Amino acid sequence: MTRTVAATRNVTGIPTGRLGVWWVLASETVIFGGLLGAYIMHRVGHPEWGDQAVHTNVWAGGFNTLVLLSSSLSAVLAHQAAERGNGARAAILLRLTAAGGATFLLVKAFEWTAEIGSGFTIGSNLFWSFYYTAAGLHGLHVLAGMVIMLFVAATAARNVELHRVENVGIYWHFVDIVWIFLFPLLYIAK
Amino acid sequence: MTEQVHRNYVRIWAVLCALLGVSILGPMIGIRMLTLITAFGVAILKAYLVAKHFMHLDIEKRWVAYVLLAMVAFIVVMFAGIAPDVMKHDGLLWENTAAKAAVERGRDAGAGGNR
Repeated sequence: MTRTVAATRNVTGIPTGRLGVWWVLASETVIFGGLLGAYIMHRVGHPEWGDQAVHTNVWAGGFNTLVLLSSSLSAVLAHQAAERGNGARAAILLRLTAAGGATFLLVKAFEWTAEIGSGFTIGSNLFWSFYYTAAGLHGLHVLAGMVIMLFVAATAARNVELHRVENVGIYWHFVDIVWIFLFPLLYIAK
Repeated sequence: MTEQVHRNYVRIWAVLCALLGVSILGPMIGIRMLTLITAFGVAILKAYLVAKHFMHLDIEKRWVAYVLLAMVAFIVVMFAGIAPDVMKHDGLLWENTAAKAAVERGRDAGAGGNR
């Protein structure tokens, strides 16, 4: 297979694909950092938000954290398998990771259904606006990661382009890290 | 890249799960400072473990970590610039009456069970 110069040059010492992922994550850091920074300063300035935060479900959030941590494990094991040239195993583990993402979104859907049903909507007050915006933006990243992961799994199963397994894994771990901070901010701090 | 360093990923995952347990159980003790440590201190530790061992930042080119830390520094600058206005509602010669009114409205709504 012929590859473009842009895909093969290596002046930074990092393969271009992985370099691209790091740049994406640098911009994502600013996006989520800005959002969470704004949330933290408002949360401190508005102690009454605690009355709203008591309605978030700690156990659902905790379970979802466990799901994402476990999916990160399967993602890194997929990377390990890819490094050993075992594309078939990497594909299975990537699909397992995507299943973790689907579980996460399913739990989130049940959670949101209950909350919206109880009258806590995005327009209820600023706490819930932040809650749905931050968790929603994160959920979109989970969904995007799942789609990319399934594409990468399809090629990995044929034992080609195995370097992509690491790239999508790095992205997935970042999504995990964002949730690691969202969980205490939205669920623990009452 | 990872094959240069052998890691027990399952063990790291188990540590992360144990830390998750700490962050959930910590607030149940009811001490505010302890809650801050178990919730946010543990979150920082978990993020560090994921970044180091799962993202392999410890064996990645060092400038990658510097770029990511530079982004975090931007956030800190933004926070430091804006937070005083948002977090404080009065000072020696000023008062943010709108923010104080918002807090009162929120408290009334919370007390009345309003969402």
